[in-house]
Amino acid sequence: MVGVITTIVLLPLIGALAVCLWPQRNGRPIALIFNATSAGCALGLWRNFDTTTAGLQFVERHTWIPAVGAEYLVGIDGLSLLLVLLTSLIIPFAFLAQPAPDGRAFYATMLVMQSALYGTFTAQNFILWFLFYEMSLIPAFLLIRIWGGQNRDRAATKFFLYTFLGSVAMLLSFLGIYLARGTFDFAALAGFGKSGLLTGKLAWLTFAGIFVGLAVKVPLFPFHTWLPDAYQTAPTGVSMVLTGVLSKMGVYGFVRLLLPLFPNEIKVIGPWLLALAICSIVFAPLAALAQRDLKRMIAYLSINHLGYCMLALFAVAASPVVAARIDTHAALSGVFMQIFNHGITAATLFYFAGLLEQRRGLRGIDDFGGLMQRTPLLCGWMSVAMFSSLGLPGLNGFIGEFLIFKGSFAIAAAFASIAVIGLLVTAIVFVRAMQSLFSGPLAESCSVFPDLLRGEKFVVVPVTLLMFAIGIAPQFIFNIFNTTVVQMARLFA
Amino acid sequence: MSWIIDHLWLIPAVPFAASLVILSLSKLRRKSAVVLAITGQVVALAMSVLAFLLTLQTQGFRVIQNFTWFTFGEQTLRLGFVLDPLAAAMLVMISLVGLCIFVFSVGYMAEDKNFTRFFAYMSFFSGAMLGLVIANSLLLLFIFWELVGLASYLLIGFWIERPSAAGAAKKAFITTRIGDMGFFLGMLWLYNRSGTLLFYDGGNGCLESAGLALLGASATFIALLIFCGAVGKSGQFPLHVWLPDAMEGPTPVSALIHAATMVAAGVFLVARVYPLFSLGAINGVTSSLTIVVWIGVTTALMAALIAIAQADIKRILAYSTVSQLGLMMVSLGVGGVAAGIMHLLAHGFFKALLFLGAGSVIHGCHGEQDIRKMGGLRRFMPVTFMTYAVGMMALSGVPIFFSGGWTKEEILHATAHWPPSHVPYYLILVGVVLTALYMTRQIIYVFFGNPRAAAERAHESPRVMTMPLIVLAFGAILLSAVLTPAWPWLHGYLAGEPTYVDVARLIQPMLFVSLALVSAGVGVGFWIYRKAGTQDGGRPAEVDPLEYAQPALFRFLANKMWIDELYARTVISFSWMAARFSDWMDRYFWDGLVRGFGAIGQLFGIFTTSVDEYGINAGVDETTAGARGLGRVMSTAHSGQIQTYLGAIAIGMLALLLLYAWLA
Amino acid sequence: MTPTLQVFLIVSAALFSIGLLAALSRRHAIFILIGIEMMLTAANLNFIAFWRFSPPAQQPVGVMIAIFSIAIAAAEAAVGLAMVIAVYRHYRTTNVDQLDQLKG
Repeated sequence: MVGVITTIVLLPLIGALAVCLWPQRNGRPIALIFNATSAGCALGLWRNFDTTTAGLQFVERHTWIPAVGAEYLVGIDGLSLLLVLLTSLIIPFAFLAQPAPDGRAFYATMLVMQSALYGTFTAQNFILWFLFYEMSLIPAFLLIRIWGGQNRDRAATKFFLYTFLGSVAMLLSFLGIYLARGTFDFAALAGFGKSGLLTGKLAWLTFAGIFVGLAVKVPLFPFHTWLPDAYQTAPTGVSMVLTGVLSKMGVYGFVRLLLPLFPNEIKVIGPWLLALAICSIVFAPLAALAQRDLKRMIAYLSINHLGYCMLALFAVAASPVVAARIDTHAALSGVFMQIFNHGITAATLFYFAGLLEQRRGLRGIDDFGGLMQRTPLLCGWMSVAMFSSLGLPGLNGFIGEFLIFKGSFAIAAAFASIAVIGLLVTAIVFVRAMQSLFSGPLAESCSVFPDLLRGEKFVVVPVTLLMFAIGIAPQFIFNIFNTTVVQMARLFA
Repeated sequence: MSWIIDHLWLIPAVPFAASLVILSLSKLRRKSAVVLAITGQVVALAMSVLAFLLTLQTQGFRVIQNFTWFTFGEQTLRLGFVLDPLAAAMLVMISLVGLCIFVFSVGYMAEDKNFTRFFAYMSFFSGAMLGLVIANSLLLLFIFWELVGLASYLLIGFWIERPSAAGAAKKAFITTRIGDMGFFLGMLWLYNRSGTLLFYDGGNGCLESAGLALLGASATFIALLIFCGAVGKSGQFPLHVWLPDAMEGPTPVSALIHAATMVAAGVFLVARVYPLFSLGAINGVTSSLTIVVWIGVTTALMAALIAIAQADIKRILAYSTVSQLGLMMVSLGVGGVAAGIMHLLAHGFFKALLFLGAGSVIHGCHGEQDIRKMGGLRRFMPVTFMTYAVGMMALSGVPIFFSGGWTKEEILHATAHWPPSHVPYYLILVGVVLTALYMTRQIIYVFFGNPRAAAERAHESPRVMTMPLIVLAFGAILLSAVLTPAWPWLHGYLAGEPTYVDVARLIQPMLFVSLALVSAGVGVGFWIYRKAGTQDGGRPAEVDPLEYAQPALFRFLANKMWIDELYARTVISFSWMAARFSDWMDRYFWDGLVRGFGAIGQLFGIFTTSVDEYGINAGVDETTAGARGLGRVMSTAHSGQIQTYLGAIAIGMLALLLLYAWLA
Repeated sequence: MTPTLQVFLIVSAALFSIGLLAALSRRHAIFILIGIEMMLTAANLNFIAFWRFSPPAQQPVGVMIAIFSIAIAAAEAAVGLAMVIAVYRHYRTTNVDQLDQLKG
């Protein structure tokens, strides 16, 4: 009997095949149908998800390659469900955002990526997880390489090599762990973490390997230089998926693997890790301030936003004394909230950047001016996304950031205080962008722009309403992962 | 009547809802927008008055409505609303002044093509401010605080096609956000120490004794960090630079920002979390309060000085707001919380009056804002003149009839007895003189003398604009009824003390001090500026008398003490450098490292390629080439002609035979 | 002249040589076929001759082989001629010099 999670993972793959076999050149309708179906399954998962118990649900377990301890083991807890929902939300959104490129291959590739993402967020055995993790990399590479903009060759290669080297390091580390401990099961490995998974140099080597692999994916300063190039070059829809979901794989990996497996190692070098997170938070928006390209600017801000997640995670994990429960809960909830919110908000920002690019053909901040007079709706809705991203209360971004700061300030006050600079600079970046895009006299080149079209409104309005909903009454999101937070917090207690 | 307690949230929600509905309206439905906005404001006012009446019932009335916002992990985050005299007084002031400004705007903005959007933003602004004052949680207060900031950003930059307006909006948003970051940290610290952000929670709130006891020595730092927010929002030195620039917005917006909302938020915040400031006070003095006093004094004096040298009618008022806010901060710092809030309330009325009056003047002069180009307007705009004069006298602190006089007196009273130092008191006395001086200067330039360029075709504003002026003027005068020392009802109401009538207290030494200072200011003003706007001796008509006498000093003041330039050279250029540096590091250093690694990989690749190419591959290539050559030679034997093959067979057989024969 | 083995072998060798010469030198496919038939005949003659002059034999092995071979030769000639006709129909020639499609 094929379980519901397997169905969710397989549906996009079948969809990819169907798109390839579809007789018409435009594969979007059929891709969207498969998207919607798997998203519907994900919603069903949410409906039937028991928010009162911790631990994995909807578990499917089959032996696969017993000789190397590889099992087909999938299941979800709150965090996985959150990310599955995010994936289901962002991918159709990305399909709608992309002005249809020629051929069906694009949609098939995206669907393969969707399947890989679902797999990554539900697999509970390292081998299976790694398979999906890598499976997402190849479509991403192809999407940038084939459908990207200027310099796509270089950007795609850089992206691929960077992440691939990270993955190799991680794989080697896990082989080391397997040889020492004889299992690839996440839950079983986490059980060893407390007393030290490995000892001596080997522990540090494996830690470094996994750390680098995940830090590249997030990305964490200074492993981030692939990101601006990749996000800038990728077509709109792909940028949305990259920032909305793919970057979450790294954070997910940190939560699922690194923190439970290496608590002692993290404690030793905690301040250094926190310093890296602070660098992400402070330098990335400063660099964003110097960008003229809209997409590159948003890309740098993505680094900053994920830096907050890293700050909270490292603060909790590296806390020299056992942190108060409220702080651990706040930090972890904040991270989960931030993952979800950043996924929505950053994807929306890329969507708007794409809309502007479609209208103008360029996307430099200085290529526009006075848009508010010509396209008030576009500007209004785009401002909402920007304010959400800079953490304005009442919109979704604030909740996660507040909790992250609440948790990390209590544990690592000095670092959190420095991180506040990031909040400030992010605001400066957005306000400056708004000034040069929306205000001033209407630029000649923008004088014939259409305002939001009906199809675009259809995309923008629901997403924006979701931002408001989370910003004002976020409980329905918290319900998803509250028990998971409590359970994970025990790891650090 | 107690219905309002359970529905406190409706007070901000109604203007918010009005704002949302207006935003979704078409641009052309101007009338519906006005009706909605004003209805929202009237409803808010009615509910505020209801709430206010409720607080009159008992001394020190306070009700709280707490609720859970969300649960994270096993923890809950609670927010709440509070109704106490402080909140109720602010509610009434904000909604009343706000209503006057709304009505005025109907006339002032009548020509604007984005009329509906204007009212949407204004309603939003008003809602955010109303929410701010009834928040019973520092977090909820912060949320509304940020929304107030957003509204001010939208409204200052309302004429978005003007680059200067957009710049001013950006400046306001960023400058206040700098302060807000301090506020944010202070809030986190407070949350961390006390475990709750609720102000009052049946004894467990962070402002109640149990919560305060948990703070200990950190209270000073928490208070100062929160004060950073107030410094930003209330335009205190050194974050005051945005406030004068905010004049780029339409005049009703300036009135709203300077009187009822935004800047009042900072003073209100300090008053609200006053227990944090005064925790562990000896003789009413703590280090945090001392800093508040000194920042207030600096701001008050500096802004008053700058105001003297400004030529823009709104900028003068803007600096006067900065100065008055400094005064309020001083009052709070020296322990006169009630006095500070009373001044805030009175200031709300007369400053709204002054700004709307200035708006009326600008409207009458067809958009001209330079006071040197006006003059003699009292003949053309009598109503505006009369009401403006009321506002001017209230601001200057003319005693007895005007609310500003009484509250100023009370602040002076409180400051005079501040134990650590008398310097703030003397400096404030100077500030009072300067206030009277610059207001006199403004009045003379605008309303007296000969009509100059912009005043030639001036006309009185329509009734929809003058009516709010009259209402506010009456407000500014009538409010003094509850402020006099003879019956300090408002003081008692805010401080939660009983009040009784005692006419004898009406005459106090401070009254005379105040009277003397104001007369001095006005007198000196009249003397200096009696011939302003006309040619006098060697002075051309367009040159300010003070400028003629002290050109260098005047330029220093007119250029706002070069603080903007200082910031541009230091903070702003530094942040740009940091931005470029980060970008450079990213592009060249970090990416360079990556590329370096890449280059090493590439070099290795080149090396292995050459080994492959010239070592291993070469041998294999030779072999294959040889095989191919051989094949080519051999294939010629295959002519495809059977007879050739047969012949070959025959020759072969013959050869075999011969071999056999030779062997045998 | 008594018929000895030698005489038969000489005749047979001559026959073979003539056949070979015909097969190698003629350009017409049918003549080549005829030459091949002659070589076959020479071989048959050898079989019979060796059988006849060998020590007394119990079984007529040589004759059997010769008959068998003649039968095969007849079949082969039929196939060969058919092929020649097919080749002629296809290429409009039976000149073997022009039929060099097999060359490598």
